[in-house]
Amino acid sequence: MAIFVNEKTKVLVQGLTGGQGRFHGLRNRDYGTQVVAGVTPGKAGQDVDGIPIFDTVESAVAATGATASFISVPPKASPAAILEAARAGIGFIVCITEGVPAQDEARVFATLQRDFPKTRLLGPNCPGIISPGKCNIGITAGEIAALPTASGPNVGIVSRSGTLTYQALYELKQRNIGVSTCVGIGGDPVPGTSFVDCLAEFQSDPETHAIIMIGEIGGTAEEEAAEFIMAHVTKPMSAYIAGVTAPAGKKMGHAGAIVSGGKGTAQGKMDALRDAGVKVGLNPTEACELMAQIVASL
Amino acid sequence: MDLFEYQGKQYFARYNIPVSAGGVALTVEQAVEQAELAKYPVVIKAQVQVGGRGKAGGIKLANNVDEVRTHAKNILGMDIKGHIVKRIWVEHASDIAEEYYASFTLDRSAKRHLLMLSAQGGVEIEHVAVVDPTAIVKLHINPVEGLSLETARRAVVDARISEKAQDGVAAMLVKLYECFTKGDCDLAEINPLILKPNGEVHALDAKVTLDDNAAFRHPEWDEYRATEELDEREKLAREKNLQYIGLDGTVGIIANGAGLAMSTLDVVNQVGGKAANFLDIGGGANAELMTSALEVINSDAKVKSIFINIFGGITRGDEVAKGIVEAMKRVKLRAPIVIRLDGTNATEGREILANAGIPESQLISRSTMLEAARNAVEIAGKK
Repeated sequence: MAIFVNEKTKVLVQGLTGGQGRFHGLRNRDYGTQVVAGVTPGKAGQDVDGIPIFDTVESAVAATGATASFISVPPKASPAAILEAARAGIGFIVCITEGVPAQDEARVFATLQRDFPKTRLLGPNCPGIISPGKCNIGITAGEIAALPTASGPNVGIVSRSGTLTYQALYELKQRNIGVSTCVGIGGDPVPGTSFVDCLAEFQSDPETHAIIMIGEIGGTAEEEAAEFIMAHVTKPMSAYIAGVTAPAGKKMGHAGAIVSGGKGTAQGKMDALRDAGVKVGLNPTEACELMAQIVASL
Repeated sequence: MDLFEYQGKQYFARYNIPVSAGGVALTVEQAVEQAELAKYPVVIKAQVQVGGRGKAGGIKLANNVDEVRTHAKNILGMDIKGHIVKRIWVEHASDIAEEYYASFTLDRSAKRHLLMLSAQGGVEIEHVAVVDPTAIVKLHINPVEGLSLETARRAVVDARISEKAQDGVAAMLVKLYECFTKGDCDLAEINPLILKPNGEVHALDAKVTLDDNAAFRHPEWDEYRATEELDEREKLAREKNLQYIGLDGTVGIIANGAGLAMSTLDVVNQVGGKAANFLDIGGGANAELMTSALEVINSDAKVKSIFINIFGGITRGDEVAKGIVEAMKRVKLRAPIVIRLDGTNATEGREILANAGIPESQLISRSTMLEAARNAVEIAGKK
């Protein structure tokens, strides 16, 4: 088991003929992911290293039975690409594109909610998702992820930050702790998939025995996660929140990472998580150290 | 990007939101000219991106040319909470019958637009929220459905806006919403939104934050970009296309990824140091990028050590190492580098650094984030 994606997931790549799409799409395939098609308008009939290209998501789905989409197109084209995938019946969409305007994200999210409630969007501006040994969609380097073990215990990871996701994967691997699924939800103001969505899935996934959550300053997603954990998550957790020292009013790279009006501080988020019973580390290493202790006690 | 009040008003005017006649002035003489155009009496307002201008003496009424000169002279160059006034806005003074508050933002937890409206304007809305939370009407708007005049009218009635102002405020809300959505604002706020004795409603102030991600469809934003107040380091970083924020510590920071960069600041702080900056070089840490990053850090005289924190995912450790070696040939650094290189091809990268012939007084390699932070902080503290 794993959450959202597994060995059966068939992936098409929107933008496979572009530089980024090709690089990451082929890497995902090399990892063992079933990458069955690419979509680029006007390039039907071509192929990228043997992967057939289609004009539309609809025709790609009809020909290959793709169930998930990996979107690697520029910000301007992303909203339309997401909605095209949803219309074609894709159930799981990963959009790694950075720089999508917040108004577009809000409209796309509201449209999915209204017209395609069964479609799940991950991102935009996220590193993607990996269920080690089964499926890798996005830009995570698969080799830094430890495979889950049949007997467990295995850890699920959910993170708002790309590089800190890799850091967590790497630290767990060094400690020989298996990972069930690692989800990067991205740092934008309106992420398609939230911490709460992932926590709910991990809670009901029999292969996940403990959860690491990596948050950052800005917004209230971590506070909402804390409330959800208190009410619904029984699996042990550790967490880290980046940006304790971030000054107010300055955007720290991500569109969402900003402390404003006294809200969204790292301290507030850490307190909320501690109150929910989560072990909070002051840096990524400490959070993984705490997870190692949790795993040892399981 | 935060706009100055006058830019916010100009932006509002594009969406037919009524604002006072006025103009911006950089000198006393320009202020006089603008006052003549706007007609006396005029209000002279310091243009700074910080609250509390009025209390600091940055907003004055002038009835004639002498008063304009006096106030303009006093306000230009004034220091308001660390912001030096370089521009003033001169506008025709408005008669005020009542003051309201209106704003649109994105409520991230609801994933909806949020209208906040109050009949108690002219004071800080945070203050109203504490003293009398029921005085603020909050209305969520589905971004796909938008805001209709009918819905706006209901909000106006709920907020107990005076009857004679209800039509005007409702119409204003629809326009402000259009400015917020089509104009790609993160925040569009009017405080105060005034009712004049003659029954007109009018935006007396403007607070606008634009979503930088939407700049590609707003060529009109270029002029706002030109007046952005960045320090020298931030200007240099922008030219080099780096995500940089100047801070006031002594440890220069370079990291790949926003999360890791923030985390690096935190770790430096935990071991007793202070970061000089936030700098995210993103995914492709090649020689070009690393040179630019080091140039920017090097322009900061306060920097006593440089902590490069790289986690290779897609970014390869050997590429990063080559970049650093190359960059060190191009830039003469004022402070030693402490590097922590981990992840993809880190071993190869560390080997390249070890074999580059750079003395340990200039480049130290550490295998974990914590060790490297301690080392960088220790060096920064020595000098």
